[in-house]
Amino acid sequence: MQTLRAMAAEPLHVGDSFVVEREHLEQLLQALIRRGYEVVGPTLREGAIVYDHLTSTEDVPSGWTDEQAGGKYRLKRHQDHALFGYVVGPHSWKRYLYPPLQRLWQAARNGKGLRILPEEERSSPKYAFFGVRACELNAIAIQDKVFLDGQFVDPGYKARRENLFLLAVNCGLAGGNCFCASMNSGPKATSGFDLALTELLQDGRHYFLVELGSARGAEILAVVPHQPANEADKQHAERILDDTTQHMGHQLDTRGIKELLYRNYEHPQWDNVTERCLSCANCTMVCPTCFCTTVEDVTDLTGEHAERWRRWDSCFTVDFSYIHGGSVRATSRSRYRQWMMHKLATWIDQFGVSGCVGCGRCITWCPVGIDITVEAGAIRESDSVKASADDSKDSP
Amino acid sequence: MATMLEQAEVVTAGLVPDPMLPVPYRIQRVKQETDDTFTLEILPEDSSKGFSFAPGQFNMLYVFGVGEVPISVSSDPDDLPLLKHTTRVVGTVTKAMRQLKRGEIMGIRGPFGSHWPLEEATGRDVVIVAGGIGLAPLRPALYRLMAEREKSRKIVLLYGTRTPEDMLYRHELEQWRGKFDLEIQITVDRAASTWRGNVGVVTTMIPRAPFDPSNTFAMVCGPEVMMRFAVMEILRRGVAAERTYLSAERNMKCGVGFCGHCQYGPTFVCKDGPVFAFPRIAAILGKSEI
Amino acid sequence: MIQTLEPILREHPFFHGMEEQHIRLIAGCSKNVRFETGHVIFHERDPADHFYLIREGLVAVQFVIPHDGLTTVQTVGGDEVLGWSWLFPPYRWHFDARAQQPTHALAFDGKCLRAKCEEDHDLGYEIYKRFMQIVTERLEATRLQLLDMYGNHA
Repeated sequence: MQTLRAMAAEPLHVGDSFVVEREHLEQLLQALIRRGYEVVGPTLREGAIVYDHLTSTEDVPSGWTDEQAGGKYRLKRHQDHALFGYVVGPHSWKRYLYPPLQRLWQAARNGKGLRILPEEERSSPKYAFFGVRACELNAIAIQDKVFLDGQFVDPGYKARRENLFLLAVNCGLAGGNCFCASMNSGPKATSGFDLALTELLQDGRHYFLVELGSARGAEILAVVPHQPANEADKQHAERILDDTTQHMGHQLDTRGIKELLYRNYEHPQWDNVTERCLSCANCTMVCPTCFCTTVEDVTDLTGEHAERWRRWDSCFTVDFSYIHGGSVRATSRSRYRQWMMHKLATWIDQFGVSGCVGCGRCITWCPVGIDITVEAGAIRESDSVKASADDSKDSP
Repeated sequence: MATMLEQAEVVTAGLVPDPMLPVPYRIQRVKQETDDTFTLEILPEDSSKGFSFAPGQFNMLYVFGVGEVPISVSSDPDDLPLLKHTTRVVGTVTKAMRQLKRGEIMGIRGPFGSHWPLEEATGRDVVIVAGGIGLAPLRPALYRLMAEREKSRKIVLLYGTRTPEDMLYRHELEQWRGKFDLEIQITVDRAASTWRGNVGVVTTMIPRAPFDPSNTFAMVCGPEVMMRFAVMEILRRGVAAERTYLSAERNMKCGVGFCGHCQYGPTFVCKDGPVFAFPRIAAILGKSEI
Repeated sequence: MIQTLEPILREHPFFHGMEEQHIRLIAGCSKNVRFETGHVIFHERDPADHFYLIREGLVAVQFVIPHDGLTTVQTVGGDEVLGWSWLFPPYRWHFDARAQQPTHALAFDGKCLRAKCEEDHDLGYEIYKRFMQIVTERLEATRLQLLDMYGNHA
């Protein structure tokens, strides 16, 4: 039997492509569970596709798609049974890699002494993310730069990240607010995954092109029925990805964007967006790269036991920049500006890459539908100082 | 490009030191400096866990069960393991800190941030402009400069406070004046008639301060508005922008570049600062709500 | 001696760039003065017919506040210029000036110089240009003082 032979004999090379039938995908998921991974992936709950614990592929919302626009998210039934016929919902994988609430340590005061008890790094489960989009892979890589590549490393993030299995899914369609193509972060997953799937439905056949990304991925693929992919399969997948690229919801011109924003701190567009922005912080909560947190020190009633917790925070809150009796960014205008400047400009100086992966979540989940691509476009349109030819360059 | 099937990687236990864990330090002394400013003098519980610092750096000081604040180190970097931190009472944590007594224990994390580049003082005149509590992060630099006095040429300290009663380290300043070849000029914004010294903002002392601008290293620390105008005067005298340094301040929750609160334009004050060479922040200094 | 003051004026930054004949003229209106500690150089509302270039020492610009006594708002020290009220009507001082230390200064006959500025507009321009600079510097410094920047809201 062909599949058995493939399983037994051939070595699996990273970079090679294989084919797995839809009915065998369940075995892949179960293989992950057997290896001790807690599998997390898309599920349908309360009218949205959110990332949650998966026990089988039955939990994944097959036959659904999402319609996204500024401030709008609706799920609709799809004619086919595609398992991944939607893009991204309000959750991003940072919920698991950098949870909204983290206990950093506990402390006990006994007599005059002080004992600090750090959190056990191994207390987080070993995750397998099932269905990571290209933009999300990039977002994870960006957060790696924040928490792993600087002078200080976050041990919790490092532990969760090291144990992580990434099963990527190449988007078969572009969402209404997607612009990953503009940000060079999709729709095709190019690196940072263990396995990357492209869902193919043709002539009644439902199967996946699987690109092997790592030895860890090979280990899982080895125990699942698979065959080497042929040219036709690969081209089919390419065509789908090209199609997705052509149908992006938005564009964002990133040429010289850092310099463009740096010379437009006082652009009237900031006043314009202020009239709409509620400082609700939704965008920062749903953004897969936003990483701001705050620290809370708490104690019990006896005062002998204390804990330090870390919790997600947002630069849109008034006291985010509180110092000496007032906030540096007292107006909503300055806070929107801070967020957008950071995402598209200062992030580049800080981390060498843009902070935006073009997932469009901030547009979908903004109650008033503010669109970062439109805001950036408006500033470029009436740029205070026209850039010289030298300034125009591709985004880093 | 292709790799052979490998053994599964063995995940090693986290050997990453956790920058969010405080080190226990015990209070040796709480000294009232002015009516709203005090200095904590602390020693590590476990002397092998104490740490050093470079002048200009800060620590995160934790009051058990209350919270943590960033405070510049203001002690002599050669007087370790003792650390001193001078701070004003401005909020819940500093208020609780002020109530601490000798013998009580706190948690310290650090040292964090950039430092005054004292190597720039070698062979040069040094002008130090301090305003109010801004003298605290500069004191370690002064200690170092005096410990290696022969390396610099003229050293001038210009110090301004709101009133004479708000001056920090007065006795020490008097001692330094007498002992070392150090020019100290003091001014206040307002004073009662008993004050016979200078009255006026500290920036007014810069135009006539005795240093050679063509060969000077400048350090400025104080309220942001004072630093802006002091730098303006320093540059007006002809001191090189890249040899003029300031110490900035922003809200900090972690001190290690993770929480995002201290961002100041493209910089993180906790890791790119708090000490900045003027050209690095020239474009945003004084811009509203950055 | 009148002649010995020209070199001092020529060297002082305040008079930099002035033509020879103007410097000679101004030197002709100047003389050395000394004030002991506590000496009141002028009182508020006195006629303002002089200005001073402090050589050494410290002069306090003060106001008499009924309950608070004397309040110093500013001090003027070595190499600084004291007084511009002689240039603008009603030519009266707006504050007290008191020497805080033994002070040595050059005093300039403002009344005489005012008349000369009217006659020679070139001289007038040079004088007003320099005094405007002083006034703006003092105004900026005063504004910084007003900001009360060392307070808790700094």
